Amino acid sequence: MPRTKKSARPVAAKRVRLLVATRKGLWTLTSDLARSAWKLAGPQFLGHIVHHAVADPRDAKIMLAAARTGHLGPTVFRSLDAGKTWKEAAKPPAFVEGSGRVVNHTFWLTPGHASEPGVWYAGTSPQGLFRSVDGGATWEGVIGFNQHPRRKDWCGGDQDGTPDGAKVHSILVDPRDPKHLYISMSSGGTFESTDAGGDWRPLNAGVRADFQPDPNLEYGHDPHCVRFAAGHPDRLYQQNHCGIFRIDRPNDRWQEIGDTMPKSVGYVGFPVVVHPRDPETLWVFPMDGTTVWPRTSPGGRPAVYRSRDGGRSWKRQDQGLPKAQAWWTVKRQAMTADARDPAGLYFGTTSGELWGSRDEGRTFRCLARHLPHIYAVEPG
Amino acid sequence: MSASSSHEAAAIVRVRVPTVLQSYTGSPEVFVAVPVLAPELPPTLGGVLAALDGSYPGIRFRMIDEQGAVRPHIKLFVDQSLTRSLNTSIPAGATVMIVGALSGG
Repeated sequence: MPRTKKSARPVAAKRVRLLVATRKGLWTLTSDLARSAWKLAGPQFLGHIVHHAVADPRDAKIMLAAARTGHLGPTVFRSLDAGKTWKEAAKPPAFVEGSGRVVNHTFWLTPGHASEPGVWYAGTSPQGLFRSVDGGATWEGVIGFNQHPRRKDWCGGDQDGTPDGAKVHSILVDPRDPKHLYISMSSGGTFESTDAGGDWRPLNAGVRADFQPDPNLEYGHDPHCVRFAAGHPDRLYQQNHCGIFRIDRPNDRWQEIGDTMPKSVGYVGFPVVVHPRDPETLWVFPMDGTTVWPRTSPGGRPAVYRSRDGGRSWKRQDQGLPKAQAWWTVKRQAMTADARDPAGLYFGTTSGELWGSRDEGRTFRCLARHLPHIYAVEPG
Repeated sequence: MSASSSHEAAAIVRVRVPTVLQSYTGSPEVFVAVPVLAPELPPTLGGVLAALDGSYPGIRFRMIDEQGAVRPHIKLFVDQSLTRSLNTSIPAGATVMIVGALSGG
């Protein structure tokens, strides 16, 4: 695929900001455009388990945060002033009364299509898909998924989920068509809808499921994170429990691209991050998937791996990162890129460190430490 | 304060609120008016929580899930009695105590 030209889109922002969602609250990390001096602010929602906090690309003043606490049920908070103040959703995501299903937490937030201001999607644990048409104030279940006659088959049983609960994540809205959606589930796999969620079909051919007797399953896979390639929504990248994959639609078959990773590092991780402009460039953060699945940096030597050719080859990027005894885990929402040129790359660890690069991963430095367990890092 | 007589068509119930929910109430103790439909039908715990949600929107869902069950780390007492049934009757003068019950390190 030819590499796209760098965007002519002006960068109007006067600063770079990251929303850092943690197990104990929400912090923000802000710098000037040089990204040389960062200032940490927070916490907000101290003590809340904040699974995801996302700014609205359609209106920079709008932000949503998905939260719960140890005691209290799940909810969504909304800010209309760029995070200065927050108000709880009047009707948070919840399954239909009588369904027997209970939302444990809202895990993933995705702003809707550019032509649909106010529309947001939320993915929950256990697997549920919800939609808001009023900027997150009230949420309704996407019936075509939550009540799909095959949903139980797709999602599996309660024991098939992640240790933190089975989830809907990686909700993708085709920038060309608001009715064209993808969701992914751990577990369950990746699914596609072309009618705004009215119906869904599995999209997992070519993805390995080594933990299943039949490796050619239609569903039941474990995607960890799925992203559109920059400016090229016919291409999706997927970090999966069993490897790294790519699909180029309208092809219905994923192609493995993690098999070119070094054997000593492996192809297991949680996040996949795409370059803001180059559809051929992506990053992953490998973690140990051997034996009992430690999910820590292989050998205690953390590194990001970058591909600039759509996954055909990979380059280790670890300059500035610890060289030994750093057993990091980075969760699927805890790695992101900014839109600057060169792009900034950021990741947060479960041990509460936030690392960043302002040169597309060539060099890293620690931007914040001593934070709680980091769940998500998003540009804000 | 004790529950009012039925001719007022509402019982006033004292509710003790744990710290984890005081962001809603702003207070460790509030009083809510629960409609009384008939003298022989005392207010229920469910009615108290509905009235509480009317005064402090959103608070009920943090305690009670969408299927009507008390969430795992919430305990509800009517006076000294622990209950997980929202049908529990609230005697005149009773206090409802909400407890955030979570342990661990």
